[in-house]
Amino acid sequence: MPTLFQQIQAGKVWDFHGGIHPPSRKERTNQKPVALLDIPDRLYIPLRQHIGVAGKVLVKVGDRVLKGQALTQAENAMAVPVHAPTSGTVLAIELHTSTHPSSLAEPTLILAPDGMDEWRPRKPLDPEQVDLYTLLERIQESGISGMGGAGFPTHIKVNVKQPVDYLIINAVECEPYITADDMLMQERASDIIAGIEILVKLLSPKAVLIGIEDDKPIAVASLKAAIGQKDNYFVREVPTKYPSGGEKQLIQLLTNKEVPAGRRPLDIGIVMQNVGTAFAIAQAVLDDIPLIHRVVTVAGETLAQQQNVLALIGTPISDLLNACGFQAEPQQRIIVGGPMMGFAIADWSVPVVKTTNCILAPTENELGAASDEMDCIRCGACADACPASLLPQQLLWYSKAHDQDKLAEYNLSDCIECGACAYVCPSEIPLVHYYRVAKAEIRETQREALKAEQAKARFDARTERLEREKQERLERNQQLAAQRVAQQQASGQTTQSAAAVQQALERTQQQSAQPLDKEQIIAERERKKAEALAYQQQKQQAQTATPAEDTTATTAEDPRKAAIAAALARAKAKKQAEAQPEAVGQPAPAETATADIPEADAKKAAVAAAIARAKAKKLAEAQPEAIEQPAPAETAAPEVDAKKAAVAAAIARAKAKKLADAQPEASEQPAPAETAAPEVDAKKAAVAAAIARAKAKKLAEAQPETSEQPAPVETAAPEVDAKKAAVAAAIARAKAKKLAEQTQMQQIASEPATEATVQAEAVPAEQDAKKAAIAAAIARAKAKKQQNSEPL
Amino acid sequence: MSFKIASSPHQHSQKTTAQLMKLVALAAVPGIAVQAYFFGYGVLIQLLLAISTALLCEAAVLALRAKKVKVKLLDHSALVTALLLAVAIPSYAPWWLVVIGTAFAIIVVKQLYGGLGNNLFNPAMAAYVLLLVSFPLPMTSWLPAAPLQQQSLSPADAVCTIFTNFSCSGYSISQLRQDADGISMATPLDTLKTDLSQGYTTQESMKKPVFGWLSGEGWFWVNLAYLLGGLFLLQQKVIQWRIPVAVLGSLFGFSLIAWLLSPDTNASPLFQLFSGATMLAAFFIATDPVSASTTEKGRLIFGALIGGLVFVIRSYGGYPDAFAFAVMLANMTVPLIDYYTQPRTYGHKSKGER
Repeated sequence: MPTLFQQIQAGKVWDFHGGIHPPSRKERTNQKPVALLDIPDRLYIPLRQHIGVAGKVLVKVGDRVLKGQALTQAENAMAVPVHAPTSGTVLAIELHTSTHPSSLAEPTLILAPDGMDEWRPRKPLDPEQVDLYTLLERIQESGISGMGGAGFPTHIKVNVKQPVDYLIINAVECEPYITADDMLMQERASDIIAGIEILVKLLSPKAVLIGIEDDKPIAVASLKAAIGQKDNYFVREVPTKYPSGGEKQLIQLLTNKEVPAGRRPLDIGIVMQNVGTAFAIAQAVLDDIPLIHRVVTVAGETLAQQQNVLALIGTPISDLLNACGFQAEPQQRIIVGGPMMGFAIADWSVPVVKTTNCILAPTENELGAASDEMDCIRCGACADACPASLLPQQLLWYSKAHDQDKLAEYNLSDCIECGACAYVCPSEIPLVHYYRVAKAEIRETQREALKAEQAKARFDARTERLEREKQERLERNQQLAAQRVAQQQASGQTTQSAAAVQQALERTQQQSAQPLDKEQIIAERERKKAEALAYQQQKQQAQTATPAEDTTATTAEDPRKAAIAAALARAKAKKQAEAQPEAVGQPAPAETATADIPEADAKKAAVAAAIARAKAKKLAEAQPEAIEQPAPAETAAPEVDAKKAAVAAAIARAKAKKLADAQPEASEQPAPAETAAPEVDAKKAAVAAAIARAKAKKLAEAQPETSEQPAPVETAAPEVDAKKAAVAAAIARAKAKKLAEQTQMQQIASEPATEATVQAEAVPAEQDAKKAAIAAAIARAKAKKQQNSEPL
Repeated sequence: MSFKIASSPHQHSQKTTAQLMKLVALAAVPGIAVQAYFFGYGVLIQLLLAISTALLCEAAVLALRAKKVKVKLLDHSALVTALLLAVAIPSYAPWWLVVIGTAFAIIVVKQLYGGLGNNLFNPAMAAYVLLLVSFPLPMTSWLPAAPLQQQSLSPADAVCTIFTNFSCSGYSISQLRQDADGISMATPLDTLKTDLSQGYTTQESMKKPVFGWLSGEGWFWVNLAYLLGGLFLLQQKVIQWRIPVAVLGSLFGFSLIAWLLSPDTNASPLFQLFSGATMLAAFFIATDPVSASTTEKGRLIFGALIGGLVFVIRSYGGYPDAFAFAVMLANMTVPLIDYYTQPRTYGHKSKGER
């Protein structure tokens, strides 16, 4: 049994399933030389003429460009540039109907040729002297993409890592009418071989197989003459049968191999290039002529002169047809490409592009339009003709039924849309059209499925993240609590501060008896939380700068501001304590701080710390009162049980959200927030107040720069989500307003000691109110932003 | 300027369904001619009756179904159905037989299943089975071939017999079937079957006058003519070779084995091939695309199944000929066959290798 390579060397050619023999009508154009046309008045050069992305435009409207000058620049590997086919002026860069079945408009550069046809400087390369990278670069820069059909960028296809057994040059040209490649081979065989040699240098294949249909004897002879005595170049004539020129079919014909479904020819060691591409490569490398023109077959019986022409890329199809003596008939069809796979165009101003190999303007007699579609009689002629061995009538059945599972089972995706089935169908069913529609439907379904999947993944990820964050917080809190307990025990409860806190707690406990326990737990939890935050804050500060320095610096910088804030906070606390005996004394500082610093940056924290310190100092002075004060608040608090508080908080949140959504004027809707606020306060405020007081006390006694300093202020800040911030904002707003009113009415001074400090340190109350309003506005904005940016 | 848009391909082969059907009808002409020569002008009258009934029924149902009557009538599929049924029933069968059969074929078997392309069964064969089961006597009353007939029948006799049951000279069908001794002559297949059941050997039975060279008198030539027509269809690529070759091959193969094992009780393979409706069925009936298998392998299986069933029914069943039953049974298996014989798509592994 001879090996595959031996069989190939011996000249064996295999066969593929199916195929048809439509009348080829190539004799009309394959004996006339390729005609040169006058430079057209306008050239319409689409910026993207290949699979991939368009490059960046390098020229402006009004620029003069030279022949061969790059008009775009490839910005990534999948892009190739387009070039000016002749010298002239850029008239416009705008949308123009594309040479595509969809006829969608695409960005097109319109060039007004000046008739000089003036070249830019050219730099031919000697493939023997330069390295592979230079060759690849030249191929890319010359804008070469596959000229057979799809227009895949050539430099990608020939830049391979895998070993290549066979380089197949596709010179089959199996579509009826088309003789562009045939004429190229007849006239420029040696250039084509030179191009193939460059490809050989790039790919180092075991052998070069040139596949060509046996109805092109002159081209075969020219190629053979050009090859001469070169080793391992084989010209293989394949029987004339459509679609021998399909990539998969030609591989089967020449090597008896099949490209596995969903894979590329490279995976079985094969690279295929069109003969026109080989020619373009030779021109690009040897003469530095980028891809600015190509041979186009212009045929059809409505033309006086059916022939091949060398058309500049961008030439409007109308120009080509008119140059060949076009006489339209009613119901005229213009087809770009061959009669089997080409597409009809409605607008003949579309240009010749790099993949345009044929323009057909047939008469109705010549290529009759399809008659009425009739019922499928299951004759199976389509299955006999299918080169992919599909069952077209089953596919038709399932296409009509939109049964995508069955379509997949019958391998619709392996259909190459060659049209052989529709050609032979006695019932004139436009099978390929049905398959295109079905394929589009499947693509749409897949896209939707993908979207749904992504949405679900996003949702799951979010749920998981929220859960994880919650767990992390819990764990951290527990850890910190343990640490704290350990610390306290280690430092032996001897510090006065700890003792004081303990005392205070004991006192409150005595006063409020048992129900306090629950509240105490909550308070404890809150404190832990605060501490966790403090820890975080500390870490953060340690990273940026020495916390002590920072704080003191800020304090020094801004003592006034801090004092104001502290005073404001105090005033508010006071007011609230009076207005609401059950509610607590000092939620205000925490809440305002929250509104102020959701982002919790170092500086702000420092300011907040300063406020806290100031307060602490004050408290230290008024110690007996400060400790006495919380008592009524604390006793009141337990009455509100945790559940109720949670419910209330939820209500408040909902309201706050609504409020945030509605974006009310500060003055317009303080009321709902106000009503919500006390309820929230009842619980939170008590906790916060207790903590703040305890800490403040401690602080007052200890150093002012302890790591715990920012804690009370920071309590909720970093964790604040959009809703909380909104609530806080509303509260702050409401308070600000109230405060403003109160201070205006009379400067309340029920407790002379504290009020004195307010009077002394604070700027006029109006100013405070204004500031609070500003803070509220900032908080609102931030809350909004956070809401918007929150992921789905 | 705006141009007409069409979907590719822009070129179509000139073979349409109507042309295919016309070619089938044309290919049947030699067979019909030979049949008319040996079995009387009755066959032509039956043809006329069947075709007119078929076209009328088809038009009526198409109109009821609000389809384009003219376009669909001109696909000539009804014509072919009528033709196949007309040549399958005895030439001098009463007129209502073919009318009932054709109406049933078109209205029930074809149109009620959804029209052309959607019928599960071959309409002509389903109708034949209906008639054979419902009216066994007229359906088996074949006249002997012309050289054996005692009375020569004119076209007028054919008309009289078909419409009145009596020839112009007043003979009834059963009288027309009698030989010189007044014994009714059955078809060769029927004769052989009866004789074998009565203990005669094949050779003894074959000495009877209804048998001619190789097979029945006249029947050989009729089969040969249909074979020619079939070859023409193959040459015109109206049908593919697989089904007829499989039908004939399997019938030949089975009968060869049986004949080699017991030549006394089995007819020779060639006798089988040139008797009854063999060639007509192999080239014209089994190849009906609508009700046959559509895959290449499936067509071979489908054909072989028909050939095998025919052999079994002819040899062991209760009916002398069996193509109608065999084709209908095979029609039923088509969805299954098609499903399991899908070709390996390019680039895919075959189902077994998965």
